[in-house]
Amino acid sequence: MSAREPSTLSLYVHVPFCSSRCGYCDFNTYTATELGGEVRRDTFHEVLAAEVRLAAEQLGTSQQVSTVFIGGGTPTLLGSSGLNFVLGEIRSSFGLVDGAEVTTEANPDSVDQTMLEELRAGGFTRMSFGMQSAAPRVLQVLERTHTPGASVQAAKWAREVGFEHVNLDLIYGTPGESDDDLKASVDIAVSTGIDHLSAYALIVEEGTALSRRIARGQIPAPDDDVCADRYELIDQLMSAAGMPWYEVSNWARPGGQCQHNLAYWRSQDWWGIGPGAHSHIDGTRWWNIKHPAPYAERIRASESASGGHELLTIDDLRVEQVMLGVRLAEGLPVSVVDEAAIAGLVARGLIEQPAPCDGRVQLTLAGRLLADAVIRDLLVG
Amino acid sequence: MPGPQPGSTDPSVIRNFCIIAHIDHGKSTLADRMLQVTGVVDDRSMRAQYLDRMDIERERGITIKSQAVRLPFKADDGVEYVLNMIDTPGHVDFTYEVSRSLAACEGAILLVDAAQGIEAQTLANLYLALENDLVIVPVLNKIDLPAAQPEKYAAELARIIGCDPAEVLLTSAKTGLGVREVLERVVETIPAPQGSADGPARAMIFDSVYDTYRGVVTYVRVVDGRIGTRDKVAMMSTGAVHELLEVGVISPEPVVSKGLGVGEVGYLITGVKDVRQSRVGDTITTAQKGATESLGGYRDPKPMVYSGLYPIDGSDYPLLRDALDKLKLNDAALVYEPETSLALGFGFRCGFLGLLHMEIVRERLEREANLDLISTAPNVIYRLVRDDGTEYVVTNPSEFPDHKIAHIFEPIVKATVILPSEFVGTVMELCQQRRGMMLGMDYLSEDRVELRYTLPMAEIVFDFFDALKSKTKGYASLDYELSGEQEADLVKVDILLHGEAVDAFSSIVHRDKAMAYGTMMTAKLKELIPRQQFEVPIQAAIGSRVITRETIRAIRKDVLAKCYGGDISRKRKLLEKQKEGKKRMKMVGRVEVPQEAFIAALSTGDETSKK
Repeated sequence: MSAREPSTLSLYVHVPFCSSRCGYCDFNTYTATELGGEVRRDTFHEVLAAEVRLAAEQLGTSQQVSTVFIGGGTPTLLGSSGLNFVLGEIRSSFGLVDGAEVTTEANPDSVDQTMLEELRAGGFTRMSFGMQSAAPRVLQVLERTHTPGASVQAAKWAREVGFEHVNLDLIYGTPGESDDDLKASVDIAVSTGIDHLSAYALIVEEGTALSRRIARGQIPAPDDDVCADRYELIDQLMSAAGMPWYEVSNWARPGGQCQHNLAYWRSQDWWGIGPGAHSHIDGTRWWNIKHPAPYAERIRASESASGGHELLTIDDLRVEQVMLGVRLAEGLPVSVVDEAAIAGLVARGLIEQPAPCDGRVQLTLAGRLLADAVIRDLLVG
Repeated sequence: MPGPQPGSTDPSVIRNFCIIAHIDHGKSTLADRMLQVTGVVDDRSMRAQYLDRMDIERERGITIKSQAVRLPFKADDGVEYVLNMIDTPGHVDFTYEVSRSLAACEGAILLVDAAQGIEAQTLANLYLALENDLVIVPVLNKIDLPAAQPEKYAAELARIIGCDPAEVLLTSAKTGLGVREVLERVVETIPAPQGSADGPARAMIFDSVYDTYRGVVTYVRVVDGRIGTRDKVAMMSTGAVHELLEVGVISPEPVVSKGLGVGEVGYLITGVKDVRQSRVGDTITTAQKGATESLGGYRDPKPMVYSGLYPIDGSDYPLLRDALDKLKLNDAALVYEPETSLALGFGFRCGFLGLLHMEIVRERLEREANLDLISTAPNVIYRLVRDDGTEYVVTNPSEFPDHKIAHIFEPIVKATVILPSEFVGTVMELCQQRRGMMLGMDYLSEDRVELRYTLPMAEIVFDFFDALKSKTKGYASLDYELSGEQEADLVKVDILLHGEAVDAFSSIVHRDKAMAYGTMMTAKLKELIPRQQFEVPIQAAIGSRVITRETIRAIRKDVLAKCYGGDISRKRKLLEKQKEGKKRMKMVGRVEVPQEAFIAALSTGDETSKK
């Protein structure tokens, strides 16, 4: 790759380990049993650091990193030392811009106060915990191992040890969840002092334990109308808590938006480190091979771990820009969409009337729930 | 060929007969065995169902087109006979063709499965044979089966045709047992053909088949006179004159002869390319010194059932047109004209003799032209009288008017159902529901009953046979023949999607059934049509009056919850797929309907009778 204009660069780091698999999850993650003896968890941070070095060599070291996001899987299974090791490598290979956002995801029951202190000291600025729900029966359906109290405790600790930015993830629309369950989940999440909340309707992914249980009729499928009601409830509670939406599934205090995720949605450049991670640099997208064992082998041999790539055409780039940008509260410039579709969408109450000049396409509440339909309309031309 | 030669056979040694049998009762196997017993096919070249030519016939075990085979047979009396076995189609749709095959014979073998007894269509064809004064040779087949009840069914046959149970022959066509005895009985009891050898030639066409290489092959039975290779022949219904390119008999491969004489059965090739120019039932005579009077009994085939046929892939329309044009060459009863449907695109409105004919045509189109087709629900023909006394005929629900109609007449049939007596109550109830009028009931044996009803043909076409089979665990058999028309209180029910009528679902039904049809269709469509961004009413209406309504609620959620770095590529591809899918959607007003929804809605009501 030739020398690049210094612009923003984000790094995603994928940690493909979990202590157990949750029933709804289809992410690229493996339990110790699933991996067998092929991959060692205790040295995996070295493999990740090695890919960071490879990336830096390829991109050139002039590039500083604006955001880092370590996700999984369960990144905290690497321990604070493993995570700090990877971050250290990023700092020395690329350098971090001033005020860079450095996030790691964490499973609420895999952290304690000490670990959080060590991460904060190591340079992490933002914690994201998978709370999912405050209702034990919902966690049970999701096959989450933590108790509702664990995430509350973890978020409070994170605030106490000096993390300015703390996110909790919720899942809504789980079969068996009531409106009251959801309301309680949001209220409790807000009460921990977070500045960011992600809330996702439960998706039944093919091949998961959850999809099999639904197919067998053991639990009902999530209902779209119920999900729509719950979404409206979340939006109302979060707005009232001073955290308005900034992306379809994300709410934050002003200044609390996740800069790393915004980079995805604004079609900026990022490099994905780790097995299965996607990268997007200068109109090329590639993805690493999924399984940690062959991935690690390639990296140790100083080879690219890429398992496939696509060159995005002008048209692809525009489709992605619309598809991602419309999901943001800031919306999209009218000029990049099919303007013929706008009047109809306004009339149907799905987008706001754009301002006369430099207008932007911005979803209404109803439009957020039908965002995919809006995207299809905006791209017809 | 030893013995009497074609074209110069003494009528006194000729025996012309057909086999009347229900599907699966072993007609083809018996015919195979006769080919072997008479020695025209040796055991080495024998294959199962030798005479059934079309794949569909062999696979489904039904005979669609009849054939005639000339079998030399040296009987016990030492005489070398010529047996002409004329195969008959075995289905109610082809009653006219059956009647012409019967008219070419002096006798008929009544072949009945010794484990099942006589079925309704066999009975109907038997009556047809008796009306034609045919001598009946009753035969029970499959007597080797453990379930065979020869005494019971011999008594049943004897009772029906009025003979002694001892006269009923017992065979197993499978093993060959009793087959020779059947042929001896044919020779003994079926009369030789009578005709004037010196009179003007008259031959009846009992079948007409299009062959890609030879053009139309016409099967005839010579009644009077002689048709020779050097004659020109005339079709008496039209006066059209054709050269004779070839004359011959099938034995069982074609054997060219110099001509055909009185009582003989064979084929003619004139070079015509369309079976419409050589129609079943017509009389053929010589162009010179020809007959002035036809043999009578000729009838134009009239379609009784209409349905729309559409290619599932719209771009296959020209292929469908070509396939129909080709099929028509071999099917004098098939009519069609182009039709456009809002829901299904370009297709053809087709007229058929009946449901089986419809199914065969569709299957042949799909098989021979490799097409995927969807058909609209079949309907019958209605005669309408306007307020001003003028009349017209409706073959398509879309032509059915909403007002200014004084009288509506629908075709009715006389139906015969043969069933085990335990189901009589259920079947009477079914006939009642289908607006039937009972004509009579007879016990064929102590536990088998023949029920006779007048029923609107529309009810039969709808799904009567399926209902009958399911209510009798498959034991009932059905036959029907057209018996005129009756005035009826009929209405057209339209199905409206968001206020727009969907043509493919309009149906003409009795006023009392309108609600049931409307409820069924609206409920079905509610299941099949995806939710839209707005509420979509689905209504059934008679004219402007809505009789029932379902509502597809507006979709409220259509958004992927998560869209992060690793999701983008997959999401973009999904979007492209959705865009492609949107192109295949049919727009009914503002409502997007996947083509599959239309097809599914039509298919479930598409189970026609398989008899």
